[in-house]
Formats: sequence, structure tokens, C-alpha cells
Amino acid sequence: MLQVRGLKVSFRSEHGLVCAVDDVSFDVGEREILGVVGESGSGKTISLLSVMGLINDPNAVIEGSIVYKGRELLGLPQRELRHVRGKEIAMIFQDPMTALTPVYTIGWQIAEQVLTHNAVSKRAARARAVELLSAVGIPNPEVSVDRYPHQLSGGMRQRAVIAMALSCNPSLLIADEPTTALDVTVQAQILELIQKLRRDFGSAVVLITHDMGVVAEVADRVQVMYAGRIVERAAKRDIFKGPRHPYTWGLLDSIPPLDGPRPHRLKSIAGMPPSLLDLPTGCAFGPRCRYSFDKCGERPGLAGSGGHDSACFLSPDARAAAWAGRLLDGKAVS
Amino acid sequence: MLGTIVKRLGQMLFVMFGISVLVFLIFFATPGADPAARIAGRNASPETLAAVRKDFGFDRPLPVQYALMMERLFITQDLTSFVNRGWKVVPAVLDVAPVTLSLVVGAAILWVVGGVAIGLVAAATRGSVLDRTLMMLGLIGVSMPVYWLGEVMNLITQSRFHGTWLFSWVPPLGYKPLTSDPAGWFLTLVIPWVTLATLYMGLYGRVLRANLVEAGQEDYIRTARAKGLSETRILVRHALRTSLITIVTLFGLDFGALVGGAALLTEVVFGLQGIGKLTYDALRSLDLPVIMATVMYASFFVVIANAAVDLLYVVLDPRIRKA
Repeated sequence: MLQVRGLKVSFRSEHGLVCAVDDVSFDVGEREILGVVGESGSGKTISLLSVMGLINDPNAVIEGSIVYKGRELLGLPQRELRHVRGKEIAMIFQDPMTALTPVYTIGWQIAEQVLTHNAVSKRAARARAVELLSAVGIPNPEVSVDRYPHQLSGGMRQRAVIAMALSCNPSLLIADEPTTALDVTVQAQILELIQKLRRDFGSAVVLITHDMGVVAEVADRVQVMYAGRIVERAAKRDIFKGPRHPYTWGLLDSIPPLDGPRPHRLKSIAGMPPSLLDLPTGCAFGPRCRYSFDKCGERPGLAGSGGHDSACFLSPDARAAAWAGRLLDGKAVS
Repeated sequence: MLGTIVKRLGQMLFVMFGISVLVFLIFFATPGADPAARIAGRNASPETLAAVRKDFGFDRPLPVQYALMMERLFITQDLTSFVNRGWKVVPAVLDVAPVTLSLVVGAAILWVVGGVAIGLVAAATRGSVLDRTLMMLGLIGVSMPVYWLGEVMNLITQSRFHGTWLFSWVPPLGYKPLTSDPAGWFLTLVIPWVTLATLYMGLYGRVLRANLVEAGQEDYIRTARAKGLSETRILVRHALRTSLITIVTLFGLDFGALVGGAALLTEVVFGLQGIGKLTYDALRSLDLPVIMATVMYASFFVVIANAAVDLLYVVLDPRIRKA
């Protein structure tokens, strides 16, 4: 349904061109939940903001191709893009506390979106708002529809934001860290809601997150990004069973294990993500990677089989040994 | 809601009482500001001074003097000037109030509409030549002193180009009452309105643009864009709506001060006998009853304007409603 090919987003800056997203290609299928994982600055948000055409920094340069249902979105005039945004592709953002305009009721804001894309009466738009609020599990939707954002809790606001995103039955929902700003108990409810969306509305979802736990909960496929590039992608089961990229190992190690001996302390990835101004010429993760060798001075391409691709030069044997050795390491620490 | 309004009115009365006491003390209890000496004139003999003191009641205790003045100002309304004996103060203030009100209200409409339009257009075309031109014009407007601009306007419209078709409609300086001569009222005030509004228009335009640009960084603007709304709708319904609070605050302060007499320079330049001119003349002759009356009138408007601003906040921002 959505095909992104060779997406490259760079920003002109005082220090030259900063490349935030470099040669990123991915597909999203109908009714699929794709998890995009990576730490801050890995380009996950930027790449999906460009799908929405929401990068309006005059210094941004966007190259590549973004095809949605057979239609090229890059280079589409804003006027036409507006009919895609909110109607075909909807987006929810990280912080529900600031994502809603403070001076209007949530019902008004949902109805506004309905009225923008559909020729319906105000009364019908309001009725739709009530219906959506009840669908996302807000109690007393008839009353809540007239509430202002500040009168709702964070979880309720995120539900309202989701209700708004769903108002025009989008085929694709982009969720940018929808649970990061919420309490853990509320997080689970929101994730459940996102899964319910696919069941009830048939939407595909791109879930941006830095939390492998969230991915394990809801995603079908996972794509790991680092320094603006995709380093590994696979079905969820494959990523958790046999991750191939050392960076993915690092991410998985940062989740506390549920069973087995309790590690003394969680392992972290040494070092800092590289500055986008000064990326290593070869593998961007190379300088932080325990397993790097001569060849890592070249840039690895995404390769693999059975839908499991990774951008790493380690041979399958070396990889298996390193993955097994890592487990031993973990035991040794505890 | 009613409770809030009543509370607000109580506060207003209290503030006005405080102002009246303060002004009274400044003119009666400050050393060297003996009103009797002013009234009696230079080189007055001690006997004359004593007579004046007795005559005007300056020999009585201060609280009594204050109470008497307030009674004559608000209740009997027969307070007379110390300088022009027999000149009743309250009617004098009420006579000139319409002049200042006409000047300031007209200018306020101009500058609010103009300022908001400038701010919106500049923010919408941010970084363009139009934006820079508007901001530069705004800065020029803010920088021009109103008395200078007023004199230049007079020079152009009253003398140099008065003969041309462009300004032949401009009547001579002065004020024509709205009730007896509406057309004259309007025509005489057009140039003063434009002059007074120029400064504020530039100021409001620049402030609003800055606010709109700042609001553009907010998450909810990104949400609005993600909803597929048009840029105009995002700017007006989302960004402008949340930026209005600043403009309303500014407006309350400026409007109150101008109606209260801060439009003095404009009044003088255009020969309008307004409240500013009245206050200025009273201050020069230390005519305490007139000062008292004009100050009370001015404080009334400042306080009213601020109360109106507070009420507008409640309308504009639902987050304030709870408190």
C-alpha cells in the first residue's frame, strides 16, 4: 500500500548538509502493523513525517520516492497533499498534552477534521465525534465531547487524539511514540486500542517507538533504524529469536529479562550515537560495535533472505557465535 | 460567573479608592506643594494666605478635607476649580470626555484591525519580501513620535497639499460633536485617528507576528496540519486564536491609558480639547479639584479596561475558566 524507495532527507545547515535519513526504503502492506525502532535522532520520525509531507523547514531537502496506493506523494502540491493528510493517512504524536489546541473542545477538534474531508452537516460531524470517542473507550462520550483538553488526563487525551486520527477512516495510521508520555498502565490500554483499530477499522499502522517491549506487544514486522539508516528488518518473531545486527542485540539487551537469573545491571550500548554531521564512512554503528572488523570501514548494504535483512558484514557463523557468546556474557555478569 | 463580576467590581472600587487617596496626599501632604500658596499667588502676605486657607478649607484636618472633596466630587458634584472660581469640575470633565473617547475609540478600531492584518499577513508569508517590508514599516511606525507625525500630517493636509484634490476635504483643526455634526466629526478625526493608530498598528503587527511564528512551533499546529486543514484555517483558527491573549492584554493597557489622558500629545497637535489637555492644564496651575476629577476619570477607564480584559481572557482561554 505504501512504498518508500531511496528516501533521503537532509537539512542545509551552517556546517553543510546534514543527512537525517539516508537511503531508506520500506513497504507497508494492508492491515499490517510495522514497528520502527531506534533511539532519538535515528531518523524514524523524520522519515515518516516526510510521508505526511509535514516537513516544512525551508532548509530541508527530500529525495527519493514515496508511493501511496499508486500515487507519488513527494512533490505533490500542498493543496493535493491536504486531501491525503488526515483522510487517507493520519498521524498521532508523542505528547498528547500538547497535541491538541488548548482553546477548543475535543469534540470540536474531531468535528473539524470530519468537516474538512467530508460534506456532512455540523450535527452529523458532532455525532461522529461522539461515536469515535466511544469507540476509543472514553467514558461518557456525550459529555466528554464538550470537554477541553486540559480537563482530560494524559491517557484520555491520547485517546481523543487517536479518535481524531481515525475520524476519516484512514487506511494508514502513523503513530509516533504514542505511549512514551503515558503511565505504564495506560500504555498497555493504548497499545490494545491500536491493535483493536486494525481489527475494527482495517487500518495499517506504522508504530514509531524506541521501546522494544512495545514492538514485541503489537508489531507484525519490525524495522530497526540507526543514524538515519535501516540496519535490520524482519518479522517480529525473527527479530526476537535471531536478531542479526549488533545494534539490535544492544536494543534487546536493554530489556530486563522476565525469567532466569536477574542481571546485576542491564547492559547498555557503549558510546553515543554519531553526530549526523560527521558520520563514519563505513557502517555508522562501527565505532560502537564490539564485533567490528576491517571490512566495517565500508558501508554495508541491507541483505538477507526470507524477509529478514540486515546491514552487517558479520558472516552467519561469526554472528551465531557472537550471539551465543553474548548470552554467556550476560550470565557471567549476573 | 456573577460572583466573579461582583468580586471584580469590588476590586475596581478598592483600586480607585487607593488611587484617590494617593493623589490627594501627593498634592496636599507633600512639602512644598501647599495649594494655598499657589492660589494666593507669589508674594502674598501671610494674612492673605491665611484667608485663602480658611476660604478653601485647607486649615481643616487632611481626612476631613479628603472626605469633603470626595463628597463634592461624587455626591453633590458641585466641586469647583481652585483657579477659575465657580467653574464646576465634573461637567468640565464630562464635556471633554467625548473628544478623547472619539479620538481613542476610532484609532483603536484602526490599529487593532490593521495590526492584526499586518501580523497575519507577515506570519503567513514569513521570510518573504512582503513580510520584511511590513515589519520594516511597522518598525518605522513605532519609531515615529506621535507629535512629530501629527505635525507632519498637519503640514501636508492643512497647508502644503490642502489645495489638491487629495486633502481638500480635510476640515480645519478642532472637534465637531458627533451629535450635532456627524460628517464633520468624522472628517476632523480621520487624520488624528490615522496618526495615533500608526504607532500602535506597527507595535501590534510586530508583536502578533512574533506570537504567531512562535505558535507555529507548537505541537497542536503540527496536529492541525496532519489533520489536512488549509494553511489559512490553521493560521486563523488555531495559531491566531491562541495568540490573541497577548494582543488583548496589550490592548487593555493601551486603551485604558489613552482614554485616561495619555493621548495628550495627539490632542494638542490636532487642537482637540480632550481629557489629556484638561489634565495637563490643571497640573500646570495645580488646580487640585480638576486634577482629582481627571485622575479619578482616568483610573476609572484603566480599571474598567483591565476588568474587561480579564473577562475576555475567560472567553478566550478555557483553562482560566476553572479558577
